[in-house]
Amino acid sequence: MTEITLDRTDCLPHIFPDQADWLFVTGLAGPARDGAALTKDGANMFTMAGCMGAAITTGLGMALGAPDRQVAVIAGDGEMMMNIGSLATVASQGPKNLTLVCVDNGSHGETGGQPGHTARRTNLAKMAEGAGIERVLTVTSAKGLKEANDFVHAGDGPRFLWLRVMPGEPCAFKRNMNPTECRMRFRSAYLGA
Amino acid sequence: MSGKAHKHDTWSRALFKQFKDAGVTMFTYVPDAGNARLVELAEEDNETRAILLTTEEEGIAIAAGADLVGKKSVLMMQSSGTGNCPNFLSFVNGGRFPVLMMISMRGEYGEQNPWQYPMGQAVDAILEAMGVLVFRVDREDELEGAATAAINAAWRGGQGAALVLTQKFLGAKAF
Repeated sequence: MTEITLDRTDCLPHIFPDQADWLFVTGLAGPARDGAALTKDGANMFTMAGCMGAAITTGLGMALGAPDRQVAVIAGDGEMMMNIGSLATVASQGPKNLTLVCVDNGSHGETGGQPGHTARRTNLAKMAEGAGIERVLTVTSAKGLKEANDFVHAGDGPRFLWLRVMPGEPCAFKRNMNPTECRMRFRSAYLGA
Repeated sequence: MSGKAHKHDTWSRALFKQFKDAGVTMFTYVPDAGNARLVELAEEDNETRAILLTTEEEGIAIAAGADLVGKKSVLMMQSSGTGNCPNFLSFVNGGRFPVLMMISMRGEYGEQNPWQYPMGQAVDAILEAMGVLVFRVDREDELEGAATAAINAAWRGGQGAALVLTQKFLGAKAF
């Protein structure tokens, strides 16, 4: 079994030091907090606190609608598993500007840390490859973060970055959870209107 | 079967033009006889994209993501997929995201498959529960007006809207 030593709060700043140049969608729970800490709840990020399973395809709609921008989805393993078929929907469209990042702690942290499928037998890298996503990288320690940074900045997407992290709290960052306000904020910043 | 041989060719072409004129560039779908010709038209056109889904609710999320960058997407599906959508329809009442769906009905007028009735009969209640307005089409001469109303409700009115193509309009499948 692979030893996992990666601290989730350490990941995103190393992978996206240029975060202001990206557009982000996060799924609910821990990854939304990690993402919000990265951008300081910036207007280039739309975080969710519901609609579990919607993050991948929300990012797909954004990537197809903004082909001149790099789009990244930050989502947990529970979120990914809930609509795992979305990996096929992404692969069939093949958006070159879309990066999927799974922060996988192997558990449902928001609801009490109940073990998830990836803590048992499920391999998300193989599922992404099987869905037809050709560029896949797995990182399990801080040593891999430089490679992860290179991975999301080089070549064409779609890319799937599987961050296998230790159990532990996500970044303690409070964000705006009003979806209407977050929609308007994102659109105003992106569309300039 | 494609092009003019398709039984739904005439109205599908007219509706595709309405969607395109309204600015729709993404046509997400789970395949159904009622949206087959529209999908072909979206694939053939240089300015639009047909996006095959694995489950219907993905189309609501794609519409939300597209909206965030100022683009329009319409979700086309059979009525049986309506039950897959409610949680993601939180984007409508919760986030004020405009969402436009085109639902081809099963499980109502003329249906012969008993498995289709439970979901078909629940479509209106589910949409109403999640705040989606229903624009029903029973006859071809109602289509243009209903489509205009649904398009305007979504992208001028900021609502969730469903253009519901009934089996009176589409015809029932024989078993």
